[in-house]
Amino acid sequence: MTTHYLVLSALLFAIGGVGVLVRRNAIVVFMCVELMLNACNLAFVTFARQNGNLDGQLIAFFVMIVAAAEVVIGLAIIVTIFRTRRSASVDDVSLLKY
Amino acid sequence: MGESITFWVLAVVSVIAALGLVFSRRAVYSALMLGVVMLSLAVLYAVQDAPFLAAVQIIVYTGAVMMLFLFVLMLVGVDSSDSLVETIRGQRFWAIVGGLGFAVLLAAGIGNAVVGAPRGLTAATQAGNVPSLAELIFTRHVFAFEVTSALLITAALGAMVLAHRERSEPKPTQKDLSRQRFVAFGRTGKNPAPLPGPGTYARHNAIDMPALLPDGSVSPLSVNRYIARYEESQGILPPEVARVLEQEEAAQRANGHSTPTVADEARDGGPDTEPMAEEGPVEEGVVAGRVVSARADARSEEDGK
Repeated sequence: MTTHYLVLSALLFAIGGVGVLVRRNAIVVFMCVELMLNACNLAFVTFARQNGNLDGQLIAFFVMIVAAAEVVIGLAIIVTIFRTRRSASVDDVSLLKY
Repeated sequence: MGESITFWVLAVVSVIAALGLVFSRRAVYSALMLGVVMLSLAVLYAVQDAPFLAAVQIIVYTGAVMMLFLFVLMLVGVDSSDSLVETIRGQRFWAIVGGLGFAVLLAAGIGNAVVGAPRGLTAATQAGNVPSLAELIFTRHVFAFEVTSALLITAALGAMVLAHRERSEPKPTQKDLSRQRFVAFGRTGKNPAPLPGPGTYARHNAIDMPALLPDGSVSPLSVNRYIARYEESQGILPPEVARVLEQEEAAQRANGHSTPTVADEARDGGPDTEPMAEEGPVEEGVVAGRVVSARADARSEEDGK
């Protein structure tokens, strides 16, 4: 049964990765990153159960904390960029290239 | 048995929702799909002896993070959908190929790994899930836990600093706004008073109900043009409203100079309201565009007739 959970987690992670590569809207890219973090959490919880050790659940807990902080900052950055550029597309923010 | 049923149902639901998250055109649908994935993952945590994490998942992710996402979506514009133009050629194709390859690789790796029967958490959580987790957090990992508090405070401060905006000009006071209204009145004859209310004897205050003037006639200022156009196309426009609109149009044609309507107001905006328009939210521009286009449609229809 554990394998199934791990495969599900791998699938969700891959879907999230595709989303990050394919989508242009910065907010949706962010959601896909969240999806990848969630997939990792599922893997951690599964490993905790597999190994009979609570450390996996603990790490998943910390990942959630970091993800919450990351969402706050990321969305603040998106709002700031939107204010100056009137766009939430990741393609429009390419000035650092030049 | 119960676990495998739960797993298969939720696995299918969460994978479909994740695909929907990636491939739906509208950002709001993506957000809803993400909510579905998070909720099903919460149930999967609960099934896997992690009730605390299930609760945290629901509270933090579906509660706080999703709300943040939705708020920002509403701020940035719900209608913002992706452009279909690829900046890098073949990016979409190769991204999907890469994703599929990655999924197959991971799945094959996991499938090949020798995974024995799960040991279960009964031995590790003899005191119960939450007390055991608490013991770990506050003994072995107490330093990491303290550091996360610093992280959260930094994040909150950072969000405030990033989202804060200094005003470049003083906020217009009520006096300034009133002066602007009367300057506009002197320049274009725009009515400086607020739009008429439903009236003392009104039996409705819905937006499609025109306000009645003291003599019982309909005030043209209170007629919502969108609704009037819709009702006209449906043939359910009340006759008194139609009469008032016709009168107004005739008057407009007669003196060539239209009485300022909402659309005109939105279109020229007035030089004195410029700084405000710049300050105001995005919707203003969008609404103005819509109103103008609606008026243009009306005009072209008239020409067609």
